[in-house]
Amino acid sequence: MSLVNFTTREITCKIVYYGPGRSGKTTNLQYIYDQVPADRRGRMVSLATQTDRTLFFDFLPLDLGTISGFTTKFQLYTVPGQVYYNATRKLVLNGADGVVFVADSQVRQLDENLGSLQNLQVNLLEQRIDVRALPLVFQYNKQGLRRELVLPKEELDDAMNFRGVPSFGADALTGNGVFETLRSVSELVLRKLSEEPSR
Amino acid sequence: MTAELNPRFTFETCVVGPSNRLAVAACRTVSEHPGAAYNPLFIYSQTGLGKTHLLMAVGQLVRELSPTATVEYLTLDEFVEAYHAAVSAGTPRDFRDRFSSADVVLLDDVQFLSHSKEMQAELIRLASEFQEAERQLVLTSDRPPADIEDLDDRLLEQLDGGLIVDIGIPEYEMRLAILQRRAKGSEVEFSPEVLAAIAEFDVQHVRALLGVFNRLQAFQSVNEQPLTLQQARALVLGETPVAEPEAAASGGGEAAGEFDRFLSGLKVTVTQQVERWKTEIQHAITEWSGRGYETKSLEVLLEQDVAGATDAAVRTFEERIELLRGLEAEIAEFDPEAARHPVFKSPDRIAEAEQLVREAREKFIPPPGPSEAFSLESFKVGEATRIAIEAGRSVIAQPGTLYNPLMLVGSAGVGKTHLLHAIGRALDAEAGGAVACLAAGTFVEELVKAIEEDRLSAWRARYRHASAFLLDDVHDIGARSQTQEELFNLFNLFVDTGRQMVFTAKVSPQEMEGLDDRLRSRLVGGLVAMITPPDVELRRTIVRSHLEARVGSAEADMVDYLAERATESVRSLLNVVQRVVTGAEAMGRRLDVESARQLLEEARKPEPHGSSSGRASGGMAAPPGALRSQEKIVWDWPNMAERVIEELP
Repeated sequence: MSLVNFTTREITCKIVYYGPGRSGKTTNLQYIYDQVPADRRGRMVSLATQTDRTLFFDFLPLDLGTISGFTTKFQLYTVPGQVYYNATRKLVLNGADGVVFVADSQVRQLDENLGSLQNLQVNLLEQRIDVRALPLVFQYNKQGLRRELVLPKEELDDAMNFRGVPSFGADALTGNGVFETLRSVSELVLRKLSEEPSR
Repeated sequence: MTAELNPRFTFETCVVGPSNRLAVAACRTVSEHPGAAYNPLFIYSQTGLGKTHLLMAVGQLVRELSPTATVEYLTLDEFVEAYHAAVSAGTPRDFRDRFSSADVVLLDDVQFLSHSKEMQAELIRLASEFQEAERQLVLTSDRPPADIEDLDDRLLEQLDGGLIVDIGIPEYEMRLAILQRRAKGSEVEFSPEVLAAIAEFDVQHVRALLGVFNRLQAFQSVNEQPLTLQQARALVLGETPVAEPEAAASGGGEAAGEFDRFLSGLKVTVTQQVERWKTEIQHAITEWSGRGYETKSLEVLLEQDVAGATDAAVRTFEERIELLRGLEAEIAEFDPEAARHPVFKSPDRIAEAEQLVREAREKFIPPPGPSEAFSLESFKVGEATRIAIEAGRSVIAQPGTLYNPLMLVGSAGVGKTHLLHAIGRALDAEAGGAVACLAAGTFVEELVKAIEEDRLSAWRARYRHASAFLLDDVHDIGARSQTQEELFNLFNLFVDTGRQMVFTAKVSPQEMEGLDDRLRSRLVGGLVAMITPPDVELRRTIVRSHLEARVGSAEADMVDYLAERATESVRSLLNVVQRVVTGAEAMGRRLDVESARQLLEEARKPEPHGSSSGRASGGMAAPPGALRSQEKIVWDWPNMAERVIEELP
């Protein structure tokens, strides 16, 4: 579904926010939604439970207008973090151009993060996607919490980011690091799309 | 006075984009081949789009490629001022001579030619002269020639006959590229978002863009914090920049700022990454069209909007150019004129280029080589020839390095030609051919014929291609200035490239009449080896050797008798020996001193009046029947004048 079409001069790409439950994926999208001028964003679709847990997925279409002559559209998705929604995660992951892995920086959530990361790799493998070739960035969310509750970015990098991809400390509630993360993954996606033949 | 060229204004520092690509390509072409294409070249654009930059870049590149070239760069005002100064000094001729003698004249801001009939006339004259002399004239203006008020029709025609090219307003990508390059060259760092934001402003010329950049740079240099997007915008719009809130606030203004920053960054990424293939092709087009090559096949790629296989397409294109360059270099060796054929600049016409090279190769006639009749072994060594032959051997052992040129000087018939050809043969054997060895007279005749047939460059190529150049009787060139000019150029080429030159002359270069001093000094610059007339010992060796070769034996008294006869040259000595041998054969007598004396001394007695053999030389005095001998036919070549001298006593 992603493409850089030189004939119609369109760029469309799908970015998926992945991570364990309650790590802040939807908060990222909500922050982005709030910052984007109304004429640039579509309706954010969010299927949530009564306790605000994502039941299915969030979807935020962004029309970024014409950039260097290309009509540019981004589609941002989140996956449900809970373990038992794996089928939905696979569905959302299908056709992704880039992934933001939103990790919960809290010390006690490290195992959850590692489990989710492993799950991401398994799902990508099932879809025959080379995890090394997929644009991926890490966002270590909730860095705004008290210092004794969270792991610093360096330690989280040591634990998860063994490929040395771009990583960002963030606090999605205040928006800190949200756009930096989005920009980084966008760059990786665009670079990769431009290297592939036109689709 | 010519203004100095700003060293910063080069092709390397010029950012190329669609708006100025053609102008840059044309400027590169005229810099690399002044006068050969687009003459005159007329560039126009609004102010501040890089005309002066390009004009100076032409001057710099011309000087770089040809350090001796004279480049005149000046504005029209300075041109007019120079004219008026010359007129008021009563020396208008000086003004004309100054510009007529330049290789390249670069004239800025010629729009002020309006109503100046006098200067227009000067320019018409200069343009005509330059077109004829293949020297380059480049002009710039802020408007096309047709819009320059009251411009002479003849000047318009001349400009139309060259190339008129404009520079457009730079588009976003080019503006961004200019800013990025400028930022790289400065000590101040800007974030990509800030540069992208500056590039967004729709400035009408590069100078304004750089002005904005300078403003930001000045602001940045006095602030510790990096310039934010908002601050940059405020500065560009002439507002007072405000400090950014430290943390991300939820207010609408800041929120919009964050999204805008994101968009700006994305724009940079799209420009740099998504259409990178296009940029690469454009770079390739700029580079190669600037070097004068046709780039249609690359331009087609841009039109088709096909992103795939860009690298392969550019690579194939460059391989074809490499092939063309090889073919161009090859044909230049045979015929430098043919190398200018446009086919060698067209990667789509390789087959035609190959055909041209094939034809040139077939037409190429190698220069005359050394004669097989002379060898080093048959050249007799004596006191008279020792220095010359040793020098010859050194030259053969180390061609082009030890004695270059080697000049063999001696009177007629002492063996200079023999030694010259023998050296030529040895060099030829070493180099595997391509040694040019000929008489100066032949050299002159060939040159005259080449001029007549208008194939001078092909004629030159024959000799420039040679591995060594040996010229017999160089004094025969006399005062012929064109021949001396050709020889001078050839001389410089051969000595510079370490290829051997050998000359012979009957007098030393200092005594040669009509020779240019520059050639004279070069001829004595290597080694001048004298060959004197053979002494009795050498004559004995020569006579013995010749008799043994001719009749199988050489009696000592016979050798002494012949060697002791005074002769000025080897050639006359051999003539005498030849006369004796053929005469004895014809008379059926044994070859001894007696028969030799009879043949030589009786032949010198006065003949009865009316005899037809009174002035006969050695060969001609031979009795009937001698012509049947093969040796006689071979030895019939010496010039008559010398033989007459031989017979006078």
